[in-house]
Amino acid sequence: MPLSDEARARLDADAGEIIGRYPHSRSALLPLLHLVQAEEGYVSDDGIAYCADRLGLSEAEVTAVVSFYTMYKRRPVGDYHVGVCTNTLCAIMGGDQILADLREHLGVGDDRPTPDGKVSLEHVECNAACDYAPVVMVNWEFFDDMTPASARALVDGLRAGHDIDGFEIIAPSRGAPRLVTWKEAARILAGFPDDQATAGHTAGRATLAGLRIAKEHGWTPDTPAAAAEAAPAGDRPQDGGGRRTGAGAKRGGGENTARGRDEQSAGDGSTS
Amino acid sequence: MTSVLTPELTAHWDAPDSFTLAGYKRAGGYQALPKALRTGPDEIIQMVKNSGLRGRGGAGFPTGVKWGFIPQGDTKPHYLVVNADESEPGTCKDIPLMLASPHMLIEGAIIASYAIRAARAFIYVRGEVLHVVRRLHHAVAEAYEAGYLGENILGSGFSLDITVHAGAGAYECGEETALLDSLEGKRGQPRLKPPFPATSGLYASPTVVNNVESIASVPFIVARGAGEFAALGTERSKGFGIFSLTGHVTTPGQYEAPLGVTLRQLLDLAGGVRAGHTLKFWTPGGSSTPIFTDEHLDVPLDFEGTSAAGSMLGTRALQIFDETTCVVRATLRWTEFYQHESCGKCTPCREGTYWMVRVLDRLDHGQGTDEDLDKLLDICDNILGRAFCPFGDGAISPVVSSIKYFRDEFIEHGKRGGCPFDPAASTVWADGGR
Repeated sequence: MPLSDEARARLDADAGEIIGRYPHSRSALLPLLHLVQAEEGYVSDDGIAYCADRLGLSEAEVTAVVSFYTMYKRRPVGDYHVGVCTNTLCAIMGGDQILADLREHLGVGDDRPTPDGKVSLEHVECNAACDYAPVVMVNWEFFDDMTPASARALVDGLRAGHDIDGFEIIAPSRGAPRLVTWKEAARILAGFPDDQATAGHTAGRATLAGLRIAKEHGWTPDTPAAAAEAAPAGDRPQDGGGRRTGAGAKRGGGENTARGRDEQSAGDGSTS
Repeated sequence: MTSVLTPELTAHWDAPDSFTLAGYKRAGGYQALPKALRTGPDEIIQMVKNSGLRGRGGAGFPTGVKWGFIPQGDTKPHYLVVNADESEPGTCKDIPLMLASPHMLIEGAIIASYAIRAARAFIYVRGEVLHVVRRLHHAVAEAYEAGYLGENILGSGFSLDITVHAGAGAYECGEETALLDSLEGKRGQPRLKPPFPATSGLYASPTVVNNVESIASVPFIVARGAGEFAALGTERSKGFGIFSLTGHVTTPGQYEAPLGVTLRQLLDLAGGVRAGHTLKFWTPGGSSTPIFTDEHLDVPLDFEGTSAAGSMLGTRALQIFDETTCVVRATLRWTEFYQHESCGKCTPCREGTYWMVRVLDRLDHGQGTDEDLDKLLDICDNILGRAFCPFGDGAISPVVSSIKYFRDEFIEHGKRGGCPFDPAASTVWADGGR
């Protein structure tokens, strides 16, 4: 479908800003493709023509780039695009079963949306969350420590419409408490973040496993982290999906001031 | 008692606002920057050389030496590019670092840019991590507001702009020259070296490409001194690093320790292999590093120790697999990954990974022969050293090493006409867990 005048006007405003970020305009191509994906939900032929026009490239040059990167879709996906990691570690920890289960449960092929347009499914490669395996991504937010049952519940919730007031909130394990749609996510990737950066978890249990154990042994530098914990933390959500209770609850050490940060040169760091 | 774990990069991650400017400063952040700006750029490069810091993205090249390759007094602009494209299977350290402490990366990037005389820096972050992208944008905005970025930083006369750039899904973009092509808006394919990025990198200008953890280690080195960093670790592998324990381990997660720590030490702290099971094989640094077995529990996890034992330190991605895991299946899946992600530029990698998947799939289904094993090793021989970039060498690592240690298991598949393992037994929920 050709871009409407309104869509083109929206793209023009943002595209100018994106191109202005780079010393050479072609560097803007990847974010521009994220931007057209945010507008249409996928990279259409018109989206390709738009990027080519803005950057003085041929459509063939842009198409060659689009086809190289797996995050650009050439046809519509669901509002919530679900990626199941089936790289070796997640596959063995249960990702293979989760993917097989979801395929049967949703009855869709890779990158094809459900008839209601809500959910699509693909297998993804390692998403750098192996300490929370098996991992499922929804619009590139982390859903950690999944099982076939929790994955089915997740996609059912997404299809039921979690974003209607009064319905259950489906929040990522480590991510923004309000799960954004596929198009909204693409806009963030284009470099226009929403207001959720300071919300959501800082670190899950596995992220802090070594630190917690080090503190139990008194191996940590004497950081003022305890003070920090008492500080206001912005609008943190309660608990991502109720699966984790956070970590670092036990703090034993801190005696080892030999490696303590209080010994570092005072400097004149507080210049802000 | 010696500290087995030495949280420095990770020390403040448990503060709920660790990712904010205020949280980072409360943990001692942004104290290295003014010190660095009072010191000459060449002295900073020398300091990083003296620290012994070696690249934390896998290759282990000395960071200060890399910075020293940047020509000085030339007319071209210089660039710093942070490689935040963490995608090596099993590797999961940079993503939590950027979620919990993006300012540590930014402080390091400012100091590194100052040292190499760059006025522009880019953080190339993989696209599939939405909240990390948010956090990076937020931290960069906070740093501008505080005067740590922009014109005349802290009155020093040094100016720097940082741009956060999200990738779009391609493992190959973790290779530094492919990353540069991608950042220039092209397909992410590697470039011929030489010329190296130090002289002809981004926009054919002098460029340093460094891993997230390498850059995040710089504030410590500047604030506390090269000597304090070099006091940790081993003779030629200095300092600390994040070790990621994953898979069939009781307490998976991030463990920061001096280089040279052993898997036995880390497993002891992590409660060992999951209850009722035994260690079968593991990777020291991601899927591109040849696997180890229970013979290698005491190998010092530094560059030299892992190399002497026939593997590589890589990214310290310790993927643990117990005796329920089929090594043929694991190898097949890794090889499928390499086939999927091969950028296609060179024939040995593109064709080699394709054919390895075909042969491995046959073996996994019990339809292979002993000759297939020789065929696989022959394909590996034809990839090793002949691929355009290190991807090819990485792709053969799991194949060669799994045949080396578990040849009988490959043959057993053929004898039985199928896989002798039950994949359900390897899952997290197999023993009633969760």
